[in-house]
Amino acid sequence: MNRAVSSLGKDLVGLEHLSPEQILTILDTAEPFKEISERRIKKVPVLRGKTIVNLFFEASTRTRISFEFAEKRLSADTVNISSSGSSVVKGETLVDTARNLEAMRIDMVVIRHGSSGAAKFLAERIPSNVINGGDGSHEHPTQALLDMLTIRDHLGRLGGLKVCIVGDILHSRVARSNMYGMLKMGADVAVCGPSTLLPLNIEDLGVTVFKHVEEAIEWADVLNVLRLQLERMQGGYLPSLREYNQIWGVSRARLERAPKDVLVLHPGPMNRGVEIDSDVADGPHSVILDQVTNGVAVRMAVLYLLAGGAPETAEAAKQGAAT
Amino acid sequence: MSRSLVIRGGHIVDPSQSHDAVGDVLIVDGTIASVGVDLDAPDGALEVAAAGLLVTPGLIDVHVHLREPGGEHRETIASGAKAAAAGGFTAICAMPNTDPVVDDPAGVRFVVAQAAAAGAARVYPLGAISTGQKGEQLAAVGEMVAAGAVGITDDGNPVMDSGLMRMALAYAQTFDIPVADHPEDLGLSKQGVMNEGLVATRLGLRGKPNASEDVHIVRDLLLAELTGGRIHLQHVSTAWGVEAIRQAKARGVSVTAEATPHHLTLTDERVDGYDTNAKMNPPLRSAVDRDAVRAGLADGTLDVYATDHAPHHYDEKEQAFDDAPNGIVGLETSLGIGLTHVVGEGVTDLPTLIDRMTWGPAKAFGLPGGTLAVGAPADVTVIDSEAAWTVDSDTFLSRSRNTPFHGAELKGRTRYTIVGGAIVWESSD
Repeated sequence: MNRAVSSLGKDLVGLEHLSPEQILTILDTAEPFKEISERRIKKVPVLRGKTIVNLFFEASTRTRISFEFAEKRLSADTVNISSSGSSVVKGETLVDTARNLEAMRIDMVVIRHGSSGAAKFLAERIPSNVINGGDGSHEHPTQALLDMLTIRDHLGRLGGLKVCIVGDILHSRVARSNMYGMLKMGADVAVCGPSTLLPLNIEDLGVTVFKHVEEAIEWADVLNVLRLQLERMQGGYLPSLREYNQIWGVSRARLERAPKDVLVLHPGPMNRGVEIDSDVADGPHSVILDQVTNGVAVRMAVLYLLAGGAPETAEAAKQGAAT
Repeated sequence: MSRSLVIRGGHIVDPSQSHDAVGDVLIVDGTIASVGVDLDAPDGALEVAAAGLLVTPGLIDVHVHLREPGGEHRETIASGAKAAAAGGFTAICAMPNTDPVVDDPAGVRFVVAQAAAAGAARVYPLGAISTGQKGEQLAAVGEMVAAGAVGITDDGNPVMDSGLMRMALAYAQTFDIPVADHPEDLGLSKQGVMNEGLVATRLGLRGKPNASEDVHIVRDLLLAELTGGRIHLQHVSTAWGVEAIRQAKARGVSVTAEATPHHLTLTDERVDGYDTNAKMNPPLRSAVDRDAVRAGLADGTLDVYATDHAPHHYDEKEQAFDDAPNGIVGLETSLGIGLTHVVGEGVTDLPTLIDRMTWGPAKAFGLPGGTLAVGAPADVTVIDSEAAWTVDSDTFLSRSRNTPFHGAELKGRTRYTIVGGAIVWESSD
């Protein structure tokens, strides 16, 4: 099979090893794709004849559906595999799953897996393009890309912005991809959360650490509020959800004390009344639904670029020209 | 009555006797008959020409997982004993964390019998500290010692109950054996798959802090002091762990300790890329820790250079990092790494490394051998310390290939491995 050389390389495993130019290319390529989802007939033939497998070893609704819409709106043929009801739960190893998919001559795989490094593992073993849909606590690159696109839509730039990620940094792939991506794009990045949920040496990545969410809010232009996994209570990281909300929750009162307007993002799904209060989630600071909309456009851009599409011909490709 | 054998003209390094000179070693009836210059050999003695080669007491590795019974697809006692001989080892200690666990005299006798049949390196079994290595009840320590066990350990399942550890250290004194511990507080290391630090943070992998090891090292030292028992600390990987042992030795605590080839040479940076052959327990740590382990080996705080040879089948390692098992093989690379990186980089001089591979381990576990003293078992290793070679895991005699040193350029390789006066391995080079 002939594979065009993509400007991103074969795979999108993470943002840590992408250049600022490559990130900018994805964001800029997403722009023309936004419009497709606004059409009455939401389909263009960009990936016609391509076969894409969405391989989800962990439960996901939002990310899987977003990828699936992106794939279908680009006319790819898609298959979804989730861990329940597949051979994965019968003890098949990741490498065997990969080889079997490859034997069916697929073009791309979107993988979500509970182990950090799983996307890279797959990418090194099959010739198909691999897109990381979230690996363990490592990276979730398309989430960070859609976050960046949303921030750029609202504030017009990324460079020089102060972005604080709030919550469980230790276990969060969203946090890592956002740190890598935003730092590359010239933003100042901070993290804020309970010390039990901050990884060791985090400041060596070039981020500021805030212990108190009030300080973070005072400092930031953008807050990216992470979902608190409820199982962290059992892990002994926190005494209670109520206490978490009281000390680290992003509330309207806290935002109103800030010296300037703060943009609030959340990757979803939200625990209302835990990490974010409803009047923030539904309030004027929130761009959470814009993130969801942009998610489809960003994923279309990634699929298009990995398939070998040229950034400058995205608009033409969208109109139906052969790729 | 085996044939006599004379090793001619080698550079003899025997740290047990501070011997470091060119000469001959004469072996008669499976024991060392004499060491000197231009020795007369009995008629019909086999001559081994060793000019330009290094001649040492047989190397000993006190930390080896042989996987039999229960894991024969990874290693057998025979394949491990042969891999050991190829690596220059005349004796190895087998860890008891097999399936079933070696926790009774029958298990010990099985290991002894399989090793005798293999006819390669000697294999000294360790028994479990606790029945089933469950950390609850003392295993049949006395009966296992009577059957041939040279020590006890729950390696693989750290003894979390400090009360049990105290009992083990006290009880083992009756038999004058060491209690070997894998020092790890599981409450601190749970979910960890690599060293806690910047690399783990970047890769999104959960870390094991140094403190998870240090807490148990300090506990074990205090309990050895309390009971007067002998503690042997396995695969020490942290700077503070080394320092705590140094201080305990100065106080007169009865402690011996190991350094592994990988903790002496690699750091957690090696995990970048999620190579599961860089996953072991304790994990590869920081450069500061590596340098402290080096200093500990050099000054004798760490008495023993041991591999923690841990074979895994290739498809067990062919998994996501979180899911892959801990451990790497080491028997066939240990000597080369020691000569190339420990001696070659000036961490220790040659006699010190040989001490940590012969007399140090022999003393720690009360083993015969580790010396060329007259009357000692004729276990001798002849080494070409100048031979340059490239590690190719496909050529290992071990059944497993899991090593981060595949492709490494090393200098120094075994020429002859002699056990009880018989050549059990000879290089084809």
